[in-house]
Amino acid sequence: MLRFIGKRLMMGVLVLIGTSMLIFVIARVVPGDVAMIALGARATESAREALREELHLNDPLPVQYVIWLGNVLQGDFGNSFITRRPVADDVRQFFPATLELVFMSGVFIVLGAFSLGMLAGKYKNTWVDGLIRVLSYVGIAFPAFVVGIVLLLIFGHNFQIMPILGRISPGVAPPTHITGFFVLDGILTGNFAAAGNAFLHLLLPSFALALGPLVQSARILRSSLVDNSNKEYMSVSTAAGLPPSLLTRKYLLKPSAGPTITVMGLDFSALLGQAFLVERIFNWPGLSRYGINAMLNKDLNAISAVVLIIGITFFLVNFIVDIIIVFIDPRMRIGRESV
Amino acid sequence: MIGVTQEATAIAKKKGWLSPSTKENFRIYKYKFTRNRLSVFGLALVAISLFFAFFALQIVPFPEHIGAFVDHANANNPPSAVHWFGTDNVGRDVFSRVIYCFRGALLMSIVVLAISVPVGTVLGLIAGYNHGRPVDTVIMRITDVFLSIPALILALSIASILTPNMMNSMLAVTIMWWPWYTRLVYTQSSSVAKEYFVRNAELIGASKFHIIIKEILPNCFSPIFTKMALDVGWVLLMGAALSFVGLGEQPPIPAFGQMIADGSRLMPQNWWLTLFPALGIAFMILGFNFLGDGLRDMFDKGGH
Repeated sequence: MLRFIGKRLMMGVLVLIGTSMLIFVIARVVPGDVAMIALGARATESAREALREELHLNDPLPVQYVIWLGNVLQGDFGNSFITRRPVADDVRQFFPATLELVFMSGVFIVLGAFSLGMLAGKYKNTWVDGLIRVLSYVGIAFPAFVVGIVLLLIFGHNFQIMPILGRISPGVAPPTHITGFFVLDGILTGNFAAAGNAFLHLLLPSFALALGPLVQSARILRSSLVDNSNKEYMSVSTAAGLPPSLLTRKYLLKPSAGPTITVMGLDFSALLGQAFLVERIFNWPGLSRYGINAMLNKDLNAISAVVLIIGITFFLVNFIVDIIIVFIDPRMRIGRESV
Repeated sequence: MIGVTQEATAIAKKKGWLSPSTKENFRIYKYKFTRNRLSVFGLALVAISLFFAFFALQIVPFPEHIGAFVDHANANNPPSAVHWFGTDNVGRDVFSRVIYCFRGALLMSIVVLAISVPVGTVLGLIAGYNHGRPVDTVIMRITDVFLSIPALILALSIASILTPNMMNSMLAVTIMWWPWYTRLVYTQSSSVAKEYFVRNAELIGASKFHIIIKEILPNCFSPIFTKMALDVGWVLLMGAALSFVGLGEQPPIPAFGQMIADGSRLMPQNWWLTLFPALGIAFMILGFNFLGDGLRDMFDKGGH
């Protein structure tokens, strides 16, 4: 078990070093002069030269990379080309909002996928199964940003029962900063009004993000449930008179959950990607909205910071998923350790 | 008996008929594909999408509305008999523009897959055949690096540093698409490479090129084709996302994402500006997904 975790971690670090190289190449091998992009066409030549000096642009690319990586490891991503603030400060400010959003989507996905998947598996080939299947087609066909716009319209404009933009209503003071998660901070400081308000703001964007992965995971859970329920050990256990609830929970759900959770981990990648658009729609002050603005403004330092942090987050989530699976499904322990 | 069969096969070959086994295979494929009515439905949606893409200029009622066209008298009209999907804020026919979007979306899928599939396949074959050797490690670790960043984010960052246009958005999506095929072909080919027929070919001295192309590659076709059909939907989504933030096709040429983004600013009053492009992309994505599911059933070796 420990060996497996150690191996996965080491591989992950190696890949992340490669990732950082890729990001660096994207951010430096830009068509055109980096200094020109950063300062605009009207900057003086001496100002550009100063920036080139600051970013070590006159050095060979490998040297630039090593300097950049050294700074990044110390938490220094350089200054934003647009705001002139250190990118690290921006990241610290915006990242909690994205994590909060993505975490809430994760809750939606896990709860939704398991309840819908089990329903569809239990009532397979009935109208319940059919309805869930149709829902899954909707989730596949409409991109998250379209779902977001529709939710905005229905709940924000037509019914006006949900707050739609930002993390918290303008009239409500954000809770005291502890973790940066507004809901958690609100609860921790006893500011339940702010926590409740932040929670309501969270619901629509996180659901827009969750819908696609949710329905797909539900379909996968359904098909592995159906596959496993046809296996002989199920017939034997049923014939032995085990209670149905125990059968489902322990004998059917456990081996079926593995593939579903793996797919959830991989879908997390799409989730992080779609967050770039959903945060933009809901005006969610998170890292993804910051990232997309950086991209549209060619703010290279900010782009590389955001992409690297997202890459690390993605790796960590899949790492955790792997460990969860090994815990749930003992069969994986044998297979994985030899990898 | 054997003699008769051989004779029949010889005659069939001589006369250029399909050999009985090919015909039989075709019948089985057709049965497996059409067994699920959704696959046939998907095929129909794809056929209609292709028709829209190829003949957009011939079939739309207002071809001139696709580009820069202004008719303020008819701006912001809701759907009517003349303008089925209404008109936008400068009076252009939304139906004509939505139909034209099929062309760009399809072109993008074709270009992206036409480049990334061969590249990814070749790399996957090389890595898979040289399983365990340094070449394998190098190729697969590079693949891992590309897969370590969420696809959309990588495509967005590549597109953002280039000039925003259709060409560069295709380039950006292509750059992040090949690793999926490398991974897929690698898994398939490294297991095929252990089979006896590959060993046999090696023993009788066949060249590496022959073994990879003639012995291993044909065994990778069905997963590749299935993934391609399912991938079209993903490329469409990716393209829509890029054009949604303005990194795809530039106005006045319409694209699904761009129309949705423009329309969403006039929501909810001018709902038709957002609804119809969204339905357009959903139409294509569903079509290719159903078709892909059908192909997967068709290539599925285990007859249920």
